[in-house]
Amino acid sequence: MLDKIKEFASTFFVTGDPMIYGADVSIALAMIGIVFVLTYFKKWGWLWKNWLTTVDHKKVGIMYILAAILMLFRGGVDALLMRIQLATPDVTLLHPEHYNQIFTTHGTIMILFMAMPLMFGLFNIAVPLQIGARDVAFPFLNALSFWLFFMGAMLFNLSFVIGGSPDAGWLSYPPLSELQFSPGVGQNFYIWGIQISGIGSLATGINFIVTIIKMRAPGMTWMKMPVFTWSVFSSCVIIIFAFPILTVTLALLFLDRFGGGHFFTLDFGGNPMMYINLIWMWGHPEVYIVVLPAFGIYSEVISVFSKKKLFGYKSMVYAMFMIAILSFFTWAHHFFTMGSGADVNAFFAISTMVIAIPTGVKVFNWLFTMYRGKITFKTPMMWAIAFIPNFLIAGLTGVMLSVAPADFQFHNSYFLIAHFHSALIGGVVFGYLAGLYYWWPKMFGFTLPETPGKWAFWFWNIGFYVCFIPQYSLGLMGMTRRLSTYGWDTGWQPLNLVSTVGAFLMGIGFLFQVLQILLGIKNFRKLKDTTGDPWGGHTLEWSIPSPAPEYNFATIPQVEERDDWWAEKDKRAKGIFRKQSPIEAIHMPKNSAIPFIMSVFFFIAGFGFVFGWSFFYIPGLIGVAICMICRSFFSYDGDYYIPADEVKRTEAAIRGSV
Amino acid sequence: MAQAAAHQSHDHDHGHHDPQELKMLGFWIFLVTDVILFSTLFATFVVLRNSTAGGPGGAELFNMTGVIIETFLLLTSSFTSGLAVLAMNKGSMKGLINWLIVTAILGLGFIGFEVYEFVELVHEGANFGTSAFLSAFFTLVGTHGLHVSLGLVWMIGLMFQLKKRGLTSETKGKVSALSLYWHFLDAVWIFLLSVVYLMGVM
Repeated sequence: MLDKIKEFASTFFVTGDPMIYGADVSIALAMIGIVFVLTYFKKWGWLWKNWLTTVDHKKVGIMYILAAILMLFRGGVDALLMRIQLATPDVTLLHPEHYNQIFTTHGTIMILFMAMPLMFGLFNIAVPLQIGARDVAFPFLNALSFWLFFMGAMLFNLSFVIGGSPDAGWLSYPPLSELQFSPGVGQNFYIWGIQISGIGSLATGINFIVTIIKMRAPGMTWMKMPVFTWSVFSSCVIIIFAFPILTVTLALLFLDRFGGGHFFTLDFGGNPMMYINLIWMWGHPEVYIVVLPAFGIYSEVISVFSKKKLFGYKSMVYAMFMIAILSFFTWAHHFFTMGSGADVNAFFAISTMVIAIPTGVKVFNWLFTMYRGKITFKTPMMWAIAFIPNFLIAGLTGVMLSVAPADFQFHNSYFLIAHFHSALIGGVVFGYLAGLYYWWPKMFGFTLPETPGKWAFWFWNIGFYVCFIPQYSLGLMGMTRRLSTYGWDTGWQPLNLVSTVGAFLMGIGFLFQVLQILLGIKNFRKLKDTTGDPWGGHTLEWSIPSPAPEYNFATIPQVEERDDWWAEKDKRAKGIFRKQSPIEAIHMPKNSAIPFIMSVFFFIAGFGFVFGWSFFYIPGLIGVAICMICRSFFSYDGDYYIPADEVKRTEAAIRGSV
Repeated sequence: MAQAAAHQSHDHDHGHHDPQELKMLGFWIFLVTDVILFSTLFATFVVLRNSTAGGPGGAELFNMTGVIIETFLLLTSSFTSGLAVLAMNKGSMKGLINWLIVTAILGLGFIGFEVYEFVELVHEGANFGTSAFLSAFFTLVGTHGLHVSLGLVWMIGLMFQLKKRGLTSETKGKVSALSLYWHFLDAVWIFLLSVVYLMGVM
């Protein structure tokens, strides 16, 4: 009996690596710590009532951001481990199998469990406030989306200590990811972690499209809509077209592994290329899903901190939609070398190059917005400015990669790694950080201290170039990606060492940001945003107090101009005040425990599928079904009204402190 | 257009939004995502339809009589679900429930025939793991069958809610969404019939 338990435990828990034991211990300590703190300060009820069951878009947004920052830490540690390994030849800190797991989880986590939730967090924080709405169209679904993402991410991360991590690369190409070559549970964790969070992403896409179409404040026509909201809208349109493809692709891979199917196997007529086509039909648009909202943030931040209207608003909007459409016609550039033939390669090479045109239009618009503006160099603006030269590099190397014959040389080399890190860190992460600093006061009611923020900025930026510029050269020198170690004879050592130093500089930058947040919390009284409009904003979210009250707007604003709040401030300065409509009772959705509970059942079902344990996945699926039925049967009284008097009292209290 | 604009401005007057209108738009967009989901499965099927790995192909396997009956049942059920909505719009609860029952029975018949067809195929040795073609076939047709089955569960649950709550704007919205979903499945079936079965036996 004891032997059996021992045998089971040794296959169930990952063993044999001191780093994993370290992770086990730190996970256990963190859990005990959380439980202790919550119990000691009697915060369980508060946690449940205010956070776990909330349907308030602002709180959902904060939870997304918090989770994303945790995942940034985990993905960042993976990155540093890889850079330590590659700093000089013949380092064996990680054995090759472990190295494969680390690069796989680094990629997957950074794209799907860091960039996506950080983006959704900013959607949630900003969009309803920017369009003058009280909430998103489907608050319940919104909370469900968050919990599905969270449980999916947890399931994926669990693989590190239980069962073993996936190790077939961040897109899990078959036949390597098939049962024959990856017999462990790692790929199953990959499939279900992404699948569960992917359902949440799809729902978020639907939710925000409906919110933006239907819930804009009166007077806000499409062409008066803030440009960030436009970017969210175009991103969500890509989501609803791309994510179902991912769902199907992963389901088919799972059917191969679990049900003995032959979609992508090497035998019985399976076609691994089909997977690679499908995954990139999602994967390429995914790049634009995450980058378009960042473009939206740059547009907002640059115009606000230049004290100018955005140059070429309409061309920005058209450019975003052009990018959204073109993103679906470029997927094959990820495998030019796979022998599709010259005509196919030529089509995809040209369609890829064409994307540079609308992107170029946007970059010029940002430059013209700054031209003759009164620029203030606050942290959000610094990140936005730093993005431009960096994106120039990312864009130019992107066009180099899109030339099919040249790509035969660059393919799967460090040149490619450097390119997409330039695009994704310099384009996406810089943008989201700018957005995070920009909307931080709206979320929490205080601004973050500037000095540690600037230190963070410089460490990140210098580290970024020190890390990735050498990698372009390394790629041209023949260094390929996913390489766990190399010999002295290659001559790659000096540049690799420089690159590792750069990675650590970025790590220090991250620590400064943590410090910045801690200092901000410590000094929040001094940093308090009493105006609700610390940057001199243009759009509606700055017209209400910080942090926004739970109902957002006491009265729904009547929009007249494109940068409506800016125009209104102008008028107020001239002594013209708009007529305020009287405060009425406000219709609000009630909290619900179902999203959280349902996601837990999804987690249980996912865990069961990972190990093929029917005694887990059957109860899990039944639980999901029961939650759905409960929701359907009891959704009829899912709302309440805040009486007008209470709204008036709240408004007086927050405005009174101005 | 002008009407739609007027309607919207009316909604905005109080800062409230008609929840049924939001839900219907959301449901339409959900159906768009479902279209993409099925398109992906169709594409996979089309790519793999000749990859029989020496095993049986569609021409040898498909029993067209069963397929024709299935088609007839599903198309009729789409029609009766339309009649259910018409009854609802007339305010007739009895008509609505009765037509929904007829729809559910026809849908159940469809599922019954499909399951029978699948069992027959497996008996003949043409199962999910026999070839890439059959993996794709069972997945595509099975996903449609799963959608129909979920629709049936939804329909039955909705009948209970209708009994309990009566005809309110919320229950009406749910019936409209269900009927939309049911017509959508019908449309998908037409494509299944053409691409999988008719092209398979041709």
